[in-house]
Amino acid sequence: MKRRTLLATGVAAAALVATGLPALAQDKTKVGFVFVGPVGDGGWTYEHNQGRLAIEEEFGDAVETVFVESVPEGPDAVRVMQQMALDGADLIFTTSFGYMDQTMEVAAKFPDVKFEHATGFKTADNVSTYSARFYEGRAVQGHIAGNLTKSNVIGYIGSFPIPEVVRGINASFLAAKAVNPDVQFKIVWAYTWFDPAKEAEAANVLIEQGADVILQHTDSTAPQAAAQAAGNVYTFGQASDMAEYAPMPRVSSIIDNWGPYYVERTKAVMDGTWETQQVWEGIGDGMVGIGDITDAVPAEVKASAEALRDAIAAGETHPFTGPVNKQDGSVWLADGETADDGTLLGMNFYVEGIEGDIPQ
Amino acid sequence: MDLSSINPILLLASLMVAATPILLAAIGELVVERAGVLNLGVEGMMITGAVCGFIIAVATGSPWLGFVGAAIGGAMLSLLFGVLTQFLLSNQVATGLALTLFGLGLSALMGQNYLGIRAPAFPDIHVPLLGDIPVIGPIVFQHDPMVYVGLFIVAAVWWFLNRTRAGLVLRAVGENHDAAHALGYHVRQTRLLAIMFGGACAGLGGAYLSLVRVPQWTEGMTAGAGWIALAIVVFASWRPGRLLLGAYIFGGVTVLQLNLQAAGLAVPVEYLSMSPYLATIAVLVIMSAGRAPGSLGRIFHAAR
Amino acid sequence: MIVLEKRPQPSRGWSYAAPVLAVVLTMVVGGILFAALGKNPVTVIRTIFLDPLFSEFAWFYRPQLLIKGAPLVLIAIGLSFGFRAGIWNIGAEGQYIIGALCGAGVGLAFYPMETRLVFPLMILAGAFGGWVWAMIPGVLKVKFGTNEILVSLMLVYVAESLLAAMALGPMKNPEGMGFPGSRNLAQYPSAANLELFAGTGMHWGVVFALIAVIFAYIALAKHTFGFHVRLAGQAPRAARFAGVNPGRLILICMGLSGALAGMAGLFEVAGPAGQVTIDFNVGYGFTAIIVAFLGRLHPVGILLAGGLMALTYIGGGIAQSNLGLPAAAISLLQGMLLFFLLAVDVLTHYRVRFAARKVA
Repeated sequence: MKRRTLLATGVAAAALVATGLPALAQDKTKVGFVFVGPVGDGGWTYEHNQGRLAIEEEFGDAVETVFVESVPEGPDAVRVMQQMALDGADLIFTTSFGYMDQTMEVAAKFPDVKFEHATGFKTADNVSTYSARFYEGRAVQGHIAGNLTKSNVIGYIGSFPIPEVVRGINASFLAAKAVNPDVQFKIVWAYTWFDPAKEAEAANVLIEQGADVILQHTDSTAPQAAAQAAGNVYTFGQASDMAEYAPMPRVSSIIDNWGPYYVERTKAVMDGTWETQQVWEGIGDGMVGIGDITDAVPAEVKASAEALRDAIAAGETHPFTGPVNKQDGSVWLADGETADDGTLLGMNFYVEGIEGDIPQ
Repeated sequence: MDLSSINPILLLASLMVAATPILLAAIGELVVERAGVLNLGVEGMMITGAVCGFIIAVATGSPWLGFVGAAIGGAMLSLLFGVLTQFLLSNQVATGLALTLFGLGLSALMGQNYLGIRAPAFPDIHVPLLGDIPVIGPIVFQHDPMVYVGLFIVAAVWWFLNRTRAGLVLRAVGENHDAAHALGYHVRQTRLLAIMFGGACAGLGGAYLSLVRVPQWTEGMTAGAGWIALAIVVFASWRPGRLLLGAYIFGGVTVLQLNLQAAGLAVPVEYLSMSPYLATIAVLVIMSAGRAPGSLGRIFHAAR
Repeated sequence: MIVLEKRPQPSRGWSYAAPVLAVVLTMVVGGILFAALGKNPVTVIRTIFLDPLFSEFAWFYRPQLLIKGAPLVLIAIGLSFGFRAGIWNIGAEGQYIIGALCGAGVGLAFYPMETRLVFPLMILAGAFGGWVWAMIPGVLKVKFGTNEILVSLMLVYVAESLLAAMALGPMKNPEGMGFPGSRNLAQYPSAANLELFAGTGMHWGVVFALIAVIFAYIALAKHTFGFHVRLAGQAPRAARFAGVNPGRLILICMGLSGALAGMAGLFEVAGPAGQVTIDFNVGYGFTAIIVAFLGRLHPVGILLAGGLMALTYIGGGIAQSNLGLPAAAISLLQGMLLFFLLAVDVLTHYRVRFAARKVA
């Protein structure tokens, strides 16, 4: 028993020493990344890794970046974060919602290390959260989709029925409806972020049921290939540009562009100006990129889509502006009212006009 | 809800395509298991086939050569399993699991420089005359060639197992390897060939994903298809004919639930996705013919 | 021609030397691989195999070995009895999931009541859940002669679907902003499976794993149950004459392995993982099968094999972060290590003879 207590105190002391280390022991700023998938997934993790490379590009020898990929959301994440902190990381980006509690746990042990957690909602003195207003990009997609569709049926491949995805569906539906009152959404849930075979099937099903525009909230290019095989079907790139499917079927895309934010936060750590914050950045801040709108889109639609994009970027237009009713007909936003971030973050209802129920 | 928007003809047609990768992997595993070997590394062989096929198709510009490369890649990986289990007498369950781990790592390393590239096109063939038959034409005769290759392999395996002497030997080896050995059959050689055939088929199944279905290379793109293939073999009670049925049922459940969702029906997806596996267990219990090959998974060592 | 000749008794010398040989072979071949990837092989091998134990931060990594290794050992010990008797439960992953779901379900049902009873009840529920899930293939085998390998494997998929359904539905955290995943049990004192001594990594799962090793050792060496198990595996007919009831043996072995796997799941969900999430299971049930074989189905061997596997996971993480090695290289190395360990076992049971090729 005694030996164990001794061991425990020894560990505690070592932890104290270690936490003091990073600031003293080195001059290079060390930035760590914890990735949920492989950097070769071509989607979510791939784009975060592009952000990491942007840091290296920007600061050169003044920074050192490290990463561990395919880290399961659980004790392994705790270990990897802690290992990075011990090895002298000054700033650690944890790039999955599922790392939330683990990030908080490790951050409490290393008050001198800064943490940035993607898409979460818990913060601390040394933990910031950041996320992108992808729904702004969704509105632009919805605008183009509503104009392009001839069958008035737009297919939507959802991943999981979570607020992030529901928000995207609502934003694109409102934008599509604004330009095409007859538009109808068919939504299928794939219950996966990444499963090419299943995504291909989902796209085929939607096409067979009459959809001629497919929006996807899953990460593979399989729906693009399915659309191409079907012929006259339009798609949009998700997470990465998927430009290899341009100009048809991919007519535009939403790109996760983390680079500028990562560079900015790394700079803040180097300058000693880093402070905890909760940011939710959109097109205007550059975190959400709208991929090139191809010539497969009629010129006037392209122009109006770009105008919408710029208006959202400038803050002149909000994708959720009243009057908007909820699916059951109750009033959500009065005329001219815009949605507050709290409601958007926890969004668990469809807006009026979308058929079907969100799976519970 | 609008069920009329579901077109049964298109549903059946897409089902054939959806079932092809698992059908290919499963028919290979079926032969392996009929020879008395349980190779749980299907997922690893599939993904290795996917990357090999993709690399070769991109390098040569020919999807056909890609498929050949995928078959060779899958067979090479399975050879590793074969040598370990047949010559070094290691446990098949553990070796198969290790093979999956190894294959996932190997494929990711091999594919590092092939991200974001598109595979050469592999157009559908429209079978002349037959493809124009109303109803049946679009369902059966307007797919890409690999769909038919898959069906052909299934038929060939059926013929091989039931109508040839070599097939008889293979089944004998699987049922009772000691007796087969006593009769003078080459247990190890037979099994090694079966294992390599299984690897080649799994490779084809993986390449169908990376060259036709997606078609792109991404890490982990088989996403568990190899495990489903294992389930289908069991569902089919090790019979090629039923394997086809099993692959279509497994593929069909996914396609059908997506169809129902798109038609606006609230589908308890998670509960529905269990159903094929529960059905497989029921098949195992009910069908007395659903008996596994007698020597399945057991180590063979010829006592002299 | 090389011929293998079965040894009358497994070689004692080789049973110790073979694993060492395998590790050395892995280091050599792995070293060549790493050199091909442009890394210094010696550094990489040292980082993976030695740094977790003897580096500057070993005080942190050593407890992590316990956290990572405990579920592997606990599950593998349970499996080893069945494997010895020729009963193949390969569905431990499913039993692990169901154990976690049942245990977490009990914990969540009591939330937020604070009483000492909760955690013991959760352990019972976890063991019960795993037991039930393993009894399905067990009973089917006894009643209908159904192949337990296949049924237990099928039930893994069913369990995974159930897990997703629970994380998205009934067990979803009502305060989780609509995201899938349950409340964090590690933050609910009565249900939390925390470190017993700070900084040691020693939680109840580790304690139970060690107890399981000791009990398994005694049972195999001294108890008639262990004798029956060994007899049934080596000489099924003799076992029947010795009064071993094969049906009972199947049920006991399946039930035991299921209960231990279920407990492992419970300890994981209540402690290191904390939450029921869609991706809660990370393959411990399958890895444990490999661990059981690497440990030659012997309790002490399993303990060492579990440690070795945990070491490669932890060392692999360090190598990724410090040396920029891709995760794929680590899983390749692990696969290689397993192949070598499985391959060299032949030396323990067989004698290698060089014989002149006989002309048939």
